[in-house]
Amino acid sequence: MFKQLWAVSLMSLQTLPQRIGASSVIVIGIAGVVAVLVSVLAMGAGFRHTLADSGREDRAIILRGGSDAELNSVLTRSDIDTIGNAPGIAKDADGKALLSSEIITVVNLPKKDTGTDANVTLRGVGLKLTEVRPELKIAAGRMFRPAVRELIAGVGAAGQFRGLEVGSVLHLRNADWTVTGLFTSNGDIHESELLADVDTVGSSIARSAYSSAVALLASPAAFTEFKDALTTDPQLKVDAQREPAYYAAQSKDLSKAINVVGNTVAVIMAIGAMFGALNSMYSAVAARGLEIATLRAIGFGALPVLLSVMIEAVFLSLLGGVLGALLAWALFNGHSVSTLGGAFAQVVFKLTVTPTLLVTGIIWACIIGVLGGLFPALRAARLPVADALRAA
Amino acid sequence: MKYFPFLWATLWRKKIRTLFTLLSIVVAFLLFGVLETVDYAFSHPSVGASGADLLITTNKFSITLPLPFSDAQQIRSVPGVTETTWISWFGGYYQESKNFVFAAPVDTDSYFNLHKGDFIVSDAEMRAYRDTRTGALVNVALMKKFGWTVGDKVPLHSTIWTQKKDGSLDWTFDIVGTFDAKDPIQASQQASTLFFHYELFDEGRSYSKGKVGWFEERVADPAQSAAIANRIDALFENSSDETKTQPAKDFMMAFMKQFGDIGFVLRAILGAVFFALLFLTGNTMMQSVRERVPELAVLKTLGFSDGSVLRLVIAESLLLCVTAALIGLALSYGALPILKQGLQGVELSPIALLPGIGVAVLLGVIVGLPPAVRAMRLNIIAALADKH
Repeated sequence: MFKQLWAVSLMSLQTLPQRIGASSVIVIGIAGVVAVLVSVLAMGAGFRHTLADSGREDRAIILRGGSDAELNSVLTRSDIDTIGNAPGIAKDADGKALLSSEIITVVNLPKKDTGTDANVTLRGVGLKLTEVRPELKIAAGRMFRPAVRELIAGVGAAGQFRGLEVGSVLHLRNADWTVTGLFTSNGDIHESELLADVDTVGSSIARSAYSSAVALLASPAAFTEFKDALTTDPQLKVDAQREPAYYAAQSKDLSKAINVVGNTVAVIMAIGAMFGALNSMYSAVAARGLEIATLRAIGFGALPVLLSVMIEAVFLSLLGGVLGALLAWALFNGHSVSTLGGAFAQVVFKLTVTPTLLVTGIIWACIIGVLGGLFPALRAARLPVADALRAA
Repeated sequence: MKYFPFLWATLWRKKIRTLFTLLSIVVAFLLFGVLETVDYAFSHPSVGASGADLLITTNKFSITLPLPFSDAQQIRSVPGVTETTWISWFGGYYQESKNFVFAAPVDTDSYFNLHKGDFIVSDAEMRAYRDTRTGALVNVALMKKFGWTVGDKVPLHSTIWTQKKDGSLDWTFDIVGTFDAKDPIQASQQASTLFFHYELFDEGRSYSKGKVGWFEERVADPAQSAAIANRIDALFENSSDETKTQPAKDFMMAFMKQFGDIGFVLRAILGAVFFALLFLTGNTMMQSVRERVPELAVLKTLGFSDGSVLRLVIAESLLLCVTAALIGLALSYGALPILKQGLQGVELSPIALLPGIGVAVLLGVIVGLPPAVRAMRLNIIAALADKH
């Protein structure tokens, strides 16, 4: 049985070059489906990745209760003082709380590709910035100084929006700001942002209250203690969340939408590709009619013949699947794009073709191959031997 | 035309193969129709029938920063502006954050004067709204969504504005009436709108008093929009709150562009689809001609010229592609209502389907040409002798 299967399958694969036209239909059709599927899902994966990489388990973000997002939140100076005294927060050598009080606003900057204005987050950050966010590294130029109108831009933002080179000057709300440096931040969402001194940002947008606070905790476990202290304080009306939880919630809707769109388009394309595969496999069976009949006549069983057709279909589909997945990877992996994120501002992210996505694409290819090969294989197995031999 | 029955018959010579090829093309054009409609919607934002003469003024520095209310007087004095009004972003939801409500604090006189004729609202309910400080006018679709009735007191949660009196984010309104938009596109864009009094909003909130989110202006002559927009922005140049005024359509366009280059993504997908389709259909046509070599030779023997054989094969390919494309585009037209549910507030226009026919013709010619040339060059004697 296996010997027969081996012999028939080898024969069918060896004769593939003679049916190059019909075979390439399967390969190219499925490569198209898989390339589109993997590329679109890579968008969702990249977006999720950027937000999932934002934040640490031992860092908390504090917003006014009921505000949902930093942009809507308001914290007063006294709120900040109370938060800084809460238990569980990490302290520096001088015993000062590692807390960054922040002001979030959104500025209009033209996108490089379209020239149209986009919302870019300008985040005013406290003096403890580099201790609270140690992942933040200056990649070019230098850090901004407090009390002067200087800012640093994330490398993601610098890649997508105009006017963010080191030394360039931005005219923001009737004042000139100098871009003194570019920073990286572990590929997280802050690379889409502009950072500057919180009080300078506050005075330039005539805002005295803060938006949010970010606290580095003594340990991930200290979060419960920290949160309880804040939520039981009758003077405070704030929500404290671990950063990863906050950013995951921000990415949920968009990455879900991307996945729905990607899968829907790919299902429709897969149906089209399946019809193509059916055609090709039927014509392959027809072309091999004499060969199959001869095999059956000399004692080969129906099952090895059926399986050999399936093997051919799946082999071609796999070839297409691998080609499509590689194409998606080669063309789009690491490609930077930006979109309007949950917080009403642009999030720059890179398309990420993960190994999981490659495997997903190849699984899809196999399913299309099996569906496209099944009926032609059944026909091959049922081929009336005498008729086929006589017709030749 | 007289060859139509002949073409139709040859097309269906191998029923299964033609059927599968046809279905593949149908699927491709279904996708084409859907994606092109979405792309068209995103690149042609609709502001409804009455939106052409509408301008929007926002803070130039940041759309999230407010503008002083006092700007209204100056904007109103700009020649060409017939009415101006102001709104703020309330950030409201009902009970749960997924129940978004576009609660819009509006100045009753100027807002409904500017949008005169845009809304369907009874005189009695409008009067009740004017007379009730905490009154709200709610879109009929929103009433239905939450099962509200006129007379209900509804609490809305604002993610932004605390109340001066108790620091609470929850605002309560009395539903005194309902409205609907006349224009069907505006109706879908306004489906989650609730109007309430700007006075209540500004007096009730604990900060940012005397500031507004943005202004809307109605202009007498839409052709003058750009000039008037410049004049408005010139008023506030070098002030601490410079403005950016643009036609409502441009404002929406800029907003949609923020989602990214959707057009590029969609065209890349369609590129992959049609590349694969070229091979698929091309292979079918090539096979079909290969099998019919003797028949084609007979046609030539009967006196068909090389040119007419070429045209016959191309016509056959065109017939296949265009028939399938029409079915696919018709299906995508049928899918528009489903799409509309997923993409509220954008206008889905069947105009986007028209280029599909051109694409189908192009596909038919490209795919038909190689086998047609082969058929044209066919040597009768060799073909009949089966030595092709």
